[in-house]
Amino acid sequence: MSITIALAGNPNCGKTTLFNEITGSRQHVGNWPGVTVEKKEGIYRKDKAVSILDLPGTYSLSPYSAEEIVARDYIVKEKPDAVVNIVDGTSIERNLYLTVQLMETGIPMVIAMNMMDEVEGRGDRIDCNRLSRILGVPVVPVVARTGKGLEELMEAAVTVARSGKKPDRPDIFEYELAETIQLIADALGDGECDESKWRAVKLAERDEIVGKTVPADKKEAVEALVNRANQAAGGDAEAAIADSRYQYIGKAVKECVRRSGKDRRETWSDKLDRILTNRILALPVFAGIMYLLFACTFSENFLFIPGLPSPGVWLAGIVEEAWGGFAEVVTGIAKGAGASEWAVGLVSSCLDGIGAVFGFLPLVLVLFLLMSFLEDSGYMARVAFVMDRIFRHFGLSGRSFIPMLMGFGCSVPALMASRTLESDKDRKITMMITPFMSCGAKLPVYAMFAATMFSDSSQTVIIFSIYMLGIAVAVVSALILNKFAFKSETSNFIMELPAYRVPTAKSVLIHGWEKVKGFAVKAGTVIFASTVLIWFLSNFNFSGMCDMEESLLAVMGNGIKWIFAPLGFADWRASVGIVTGWIAKENIVATFGQLFGNVSEETVEAIMAGEEALPAIGEVFSKASAYAYMAFNLLCMPCFAAVGAMKREYGSWKWTLRAVGFQMAVAYVVALIINLAGGFIV
Amino acid sequence: MTLRDLKPGQQGKVVSVGTAGAMKRRLMDMGVTPGVTVRVVKTAPLGDPVEVTVRGYELSLRKDEAGQVEINM
Repeated sequence: MSITIALAGNPNCGKTTLFNEITGSRQHVGNWPGVTVEKKEGIYRKDKAVSILDLPGTYSLSPYSAEEIVARDYIVKEKPDAVVNIVDGTSIERNLYLTVQLMETGIPMVIAMNMMDEVEGRGDRIDCNRLSRILGVPVVPVVARTGKGLEELMEAAVTVARSGKKPDRPDIFEYELAETIQLIADALGDGECDESKWRAVKLAERDEIVGKTVPADKKEAVEALVNRANQAAGGDAEAAIADSRYQYIGKAVKECVRRSGKDRRETWSDKLDRILTNRILALPVFAGIMYLLFACTFSENFLFIPGLPSPGVWLAGIVEEAWGGFAEVVTGIAKGAGASEWAVGLVSSCLDGIGAVFGFLPLVLVLFLLMSFLEDSGYMARVAFVMDRIFRHFGLSGRSFIPMLMGFGCSVPALMASRTLESDKDRKITMMITPFMSCGAKLPVYAMFAATMFSDSSQTVIIFSIYMLGIAVAVVSALILNKFAFKSETSNFIMELPAYRVPTAKSVLIHGWEKVKGFAVKAGTVIFASTVLIWFLSNFNFSGMCDMEESLLAVMGNGIKWIFAPLGFADWRASVGIVTGWIAKENIVATFGQLFGNVSEETVEAIMAGEEALPAIGEVFSKASAYAYMAFNLLCMPCFAAVGAMKREYGSWKWTLRAVGFQMAVAYVVALIINLAGGFIV
Repeated sequence: MTLRDLKPGQQGKVVSVGTAGAMKRRLMDMGVTPGVTVRVVKTAPLGDPVEVTVRGYELSLRKDEAGQVEINM
């Protein structure tokens, strides 16, 4: 019979490391429905009948974050066969707070007392047997990083899961409060069942989500009892309950943990932190690390050495070249076999579609190897600590800095980097505004317009200003979204600063691989399908294959161009450019090259580099409308690859479409303002 | 006085955690409950948030949030 074991624990308790150790590479990463919270499932390496589910890391089962709601809904409603609660032995008191709440749900469980090596390194002792007797839950000492104790842990977990043995209900609350809570449970129905008991505690804590589930006919009675609980607790049951849990934990810890008598020495982690968050050094060190993160992924002149590609760019080049060669061979074979023109076109567009996905993989890989190093080492929390002062003004967390910075390179890994944000709200907003950071592929478009429409002396200012425009729009958007779209959700910055740890190579590699695989599979289908669709639209009309000028896309361009009249570019070619830009933004230049004068490929490349102009576009665009067009393409829906990444991270089409809709609306409004204002100035 | 008034290196005992709602709950979940000792470690380079030690680990919180925590030195 197969069983499901869920892993629960605080963030930074080593839960992911433990998950990786027990499942190996057999894991599946998805999303919990409706939220941007990662759902990881795997199979126990040593027993295929045991599935492992990694719940999001939480400090509590309060209803205040998406992670907490997901974790507790799963435990209370889906009821895994057992929960393995991972406890970081180095901060045992705070970790046991979640343990106590898990015990309150009545789910069969086992405690994995992790980081025992560090505990011993400090000269402390934890008596796991004794703790097990006090809590009534098996406690197994482990070191997840090395795999020590994991077999014993899983053995205990499977035994508990098979027997269904529930933990003893912890006797935490003082008499009167405990009695009132029991009365609430009775009022809910069967007062002896686990669910009623758990809900009673939550109701006494004034948990809004559980509060809504109370049937109308019982509301009054329950409300009266909740008020009584409040009185019993001296006016604040919520505080009293949290306090009681910590007191219960305090007593247990006192009995089972022996701290070394000597004063706690300064660990190397403390020393490192003194440098990394030092008043004077913190910002330069931070800037250095961020530069390295960006440069390793995107730089063409790595470490300021001209022509030296960064690992990311170097790998991307290899992949692109290899795929290009392969594609050429395949289309060559197709041609040689006498395939018709459209069949060869279809094959080559399919290959391009796959190539488009492949081209991003090295960037995703390199960035996430580095990101997971930063995350696992504990520095990511310090990024938030250092940057919070600035980002809170926009209603975001300091961690939003990384996705937004990466956005200047490429939106695809940047969007995926938003996963490290603390709250669901911050992730959603950050993903909506990250594409406003002008990515590398948009630069050739600006170069074309700058070289054609603006004087030599003003070109740099024009291009620089469009980057600034993106940042400004992102900031304003964050403010607006916070104020109107997500107003009910408060943000706070009450966050653990975990001790620095050297990440294990295995964790870093698995994380990087997971991201690459996830992007290739989940985003890949979106990218592939849309690339082929646009190829079809731009090469066919109802009578068969044709040039772009007569294609379905041109017909559509003519059909929709009126929409852009207020923005100053009611031209079908401009509309077609926007659409082909969704495959990749730099495609706008190639499309314009073809549609405005059919220039050669070399010329297109020179235009992209800003070395040559495309005078024909002057017939359609004024200075104002050219700038509006640049802004529109900066802000409107990003390329399909980025949309695919958004889809993967949001985990739902609903949110992806909301984000794209928001970006479209913003692009339209901003371009409109530019065109109108530009009309007055120029 | 509140936690906000402490300078790095100083410590105090929590008397109460103010304002109901998500923030109070979060603070208590993180172990900032009445009676516990909190020590301020340092201030972030830009002046806010602050880092404190509580229940044997490091916690960061904004000064506004620290202002909600009543303490006794």
